[in-house]
Amino acid sequence: MANSLNSMGLAKTPAATRVVVAMSGGVDSSVAAALLKSQGYDVVGLTMQLYDHGAATAKSKTCCAGQDIYDARRVSDMIGIPHYVVDYETTFKADVMDRFADGYIHGETPVPCVLCNQTVKFRDLLKAAKELGADALATGHYVQRVAEGNSVALHQAADPDRDQSYFLFATTRAQLDFVRFPLGGMNKRETRELGIKFGLHVAAKPDSQDICFVPNGDYAAVIRKLRPEAARGGEIVHIDGRVLGRHEGVINFTVGQRKGLGVGGEAEPLYVVRIEPDTARIVAGPKAALLRQSFALYGLNWLGDGEGPSPDGTPVRVKLRNTQAPIAATVFGEGGGAARVVLAEAEAAVTPGQACVFYDARVDSGRVLGGGWIVRGDAAQPIAHNQRREAQLAAGR
Amino acid sequence: MAPTDSLSYLDYNATTPVLPEVADAVTEELSRFGNPSSVHSAGRRARAAVEDAREAVGGLVNAAAQHIIFTSGGTEANALALRGLAAAARCSAVLASAVEHPSVLAHVAEADRIAVDADGLIDLKALERELEQRSGPVLIALMLANNETGVLQPVAEAVELARKYGALIHCDAVQAVGKMPMDMRALAVDSLSLSAHKFGGLKGAGALVLRGGVEITADMLGGGQERRRRAGTENVPGIVGFGAAARAAARLLDDAARVRQLRDDMEAAIAAGVPRAKIFGKAVARLGNTSCIALPGVSSETQIMRLDLAGVAVSAGSACSSGKIAPSHVLLAMGVEPAEAKSAIRVSLGWETMPADISKFLAIWRPLASDAAA
Repeated sequence: MANSLNSMGLAKTPAATRVVVAMSGGVDSSVAAALLKSQGYDVVGLTMQLYDHGAATAKSKTCCAGQDIYDARRVSDMIGIPHYVVDYETTFKADVMDRFADGYIHGETPVPCVLCNQTVKFRDLLKAAKELGADALATGHYVQRVAEGNSVALHQAADPDRDQSYFLFATTRAQLDFVRFPLGGMNKRETRELGIKFGLHVAAKPDSQDICFVPNGDYAAVIRKLRPEAARGGEIVHIDGRVLGRHEGVINFTVGQRKGLGVGGEAEPLYVVRIEPDTARIVAGPKAALLRQSFALYGLNWLGDGEGPSPDGTPVRVKLRNTQAPIAATVFGEGGGAARVVLAEAEAAVTPGQACVFYDARVDSGRVLGGGWIVRGDAAQPIAHNQRREAQLAAGR
Repeated sequence: MAPTDSLSYLDYNATTPVLPEVADAVTEELSRFGNPSSVHSAGRRARAAVEDAREAVGGLVNAAAQHIIFTSGGTEANALALRGLAAAARCSAVLASAVEHPSVLAHVAEADRIAVDADGLIDLKALERELEQRSGPVLIALMLANNETGVLQPVAEAVELARKYGALIHCDAVQAVGKMPMDMRALAVDSLSLSAHKFGGLKGAGALVLRGGVEITADMLGGGQERRRRAGTENVPGIVGFGAAARAAARLLDDAARVRQLRDDMEAAIAAGVPRAKIFGKAVARLGNTSCIALPGVSSETQIMRLDLAGVAVSAGSACSSGKIAPSHVLLAMGVEPAEAKSAIRVSLGWETMPADISKFLAIWRPLASDAAA
């Protein structure tokens, strides 16, 4: 029987395999649940209550839950699985929302979806799944888990347009053992067709946009609410030292940003080159000043062969933001969760706080080798708040 | 296997199975359709069915039929009392214990909530201090039995205070009716709210029972139904079921001692097997069917999910419509730490509960305690 593995890669019948599906109420996780149910698994749906929807949208009359929880419940009713809501409001605020705000305050541009996958989803929800006697936790992410002998690897989704590997680089090997991504081999059209085939009312539901807890994309308003002290104005300074004007808080800026600087009369268009949170200064310059070829990472997660990237350099391809095609680079392991990346060619979008995700150097591989967070400035050592953040994560709060 | 195939239902305080007498009476009523306000024979027949039910409910709580106002349930009965009595008597405030049902607390300002002690009993001295300070008439709301812990409130003492200070007093008896004998005249409260589905009736039927001579201002306006105290065509099948449940309640009351013994045996097994578990309100008078149990270190949501997946239905706190479980306001008011309150579940038994249901509950629940300890 050891050779007869089910589609979850487990040596059990589907009926004897309990799979918890993280159901957001969207089409992807709904189809994942329906698919597993149709394959005969003992499927249990869990939906995370992450924040007070009424408070986030400032509509006091709305319920604490948005439409998504209702959708997840209706899908569960329809496909005939038990469904529960688990309350992670407290941990989501501490591990995702507060750190999102702190990132901006420290001159970074954070990626809260990675934080959420890393903490609430693959730490807390995974623990809840195990408490419910589950054999695996499935999500609707577009990414592939490939079992190779005794080890598992993470690969990009079959459909490069849907690939969500950038947001899952921090998945640890232990987490990867337990999680499954039933949609990783499909494209969005196939998912929606399955949704129609299974008769799901969410089959045509639009994809969620942007950051779930930031209504209308106004992230600065969310930060001001979480950290009222964050709105400290300061100077906008040219890299040549000239003061160009004033701004109303570093949280309004992202490295590489062009619009919204509010300074004119310069020969060339100006970009945000650097954010200096200690003095609340925004440093602007021409596009050439943005170019960087080497930068440091902290909070490294390594999913390649061996213990980590070689200190002498491991050739990889990297993404510095989700929408970018991977570019050639070399990553030098420095131990202690730190690394240095040297790009084959300088890039103008090395944004502190964003993730740098590693892919196999071979273009056709698609294997995800892990990644890390881009450090602000050239400091080889992570700055203080990053170290605190890592210590909190290590302590497994 | 779907859990419902062999469900051990231990959530009677949420709702109960429909009694066979109720199902029969309602089924018969569904074959008819008259409107009780109609003058013709079909209307008169429906009117008679409603009035029969009113007399049965009056018999259950020892009240005159004309003092019973049928409502859509406990929440509406509470709303009608708190708004209607207060309006008719021009009350300046509604004072209520901090452990009342949300349908009562929704009408009570934060500052008008009276503290309870660690057992969940209202602080009568605090109530008296508030009554002394208030000028003008006041309405007091005090429940007979708490829905989460089963703790019985000192309603008689509160009635004495109400009389002494010229206050009105409303009693939410939704959770007590059908579980303990009830006598409106002996209770001597000004109004009492009841709900049919907590003792074998249908959801959607309830009543407000008034003391003779108590004035009430209608909240729902329109037709002249319920002696102009609650407009709207009567829920005739629900009311007929309510009456049938009221007539069958004597049987439930006879069974209450058996249920209490089952509950006590379960609590004894918990105390012996899981010493760190905590049972709330155990030291004071409680309903015999209710047990509110904290298992520190294991969240209520985990306990409920594990039990449900194994075919045992219990509940916790008050679930928001999202299904998210907030810590019980009742336990918090009793001074329970929030973390401990988030580990509490409510187990509530009833007439169909058998020893096997309790054994099944214990067989699934006890290992949760050792999992957490490991």
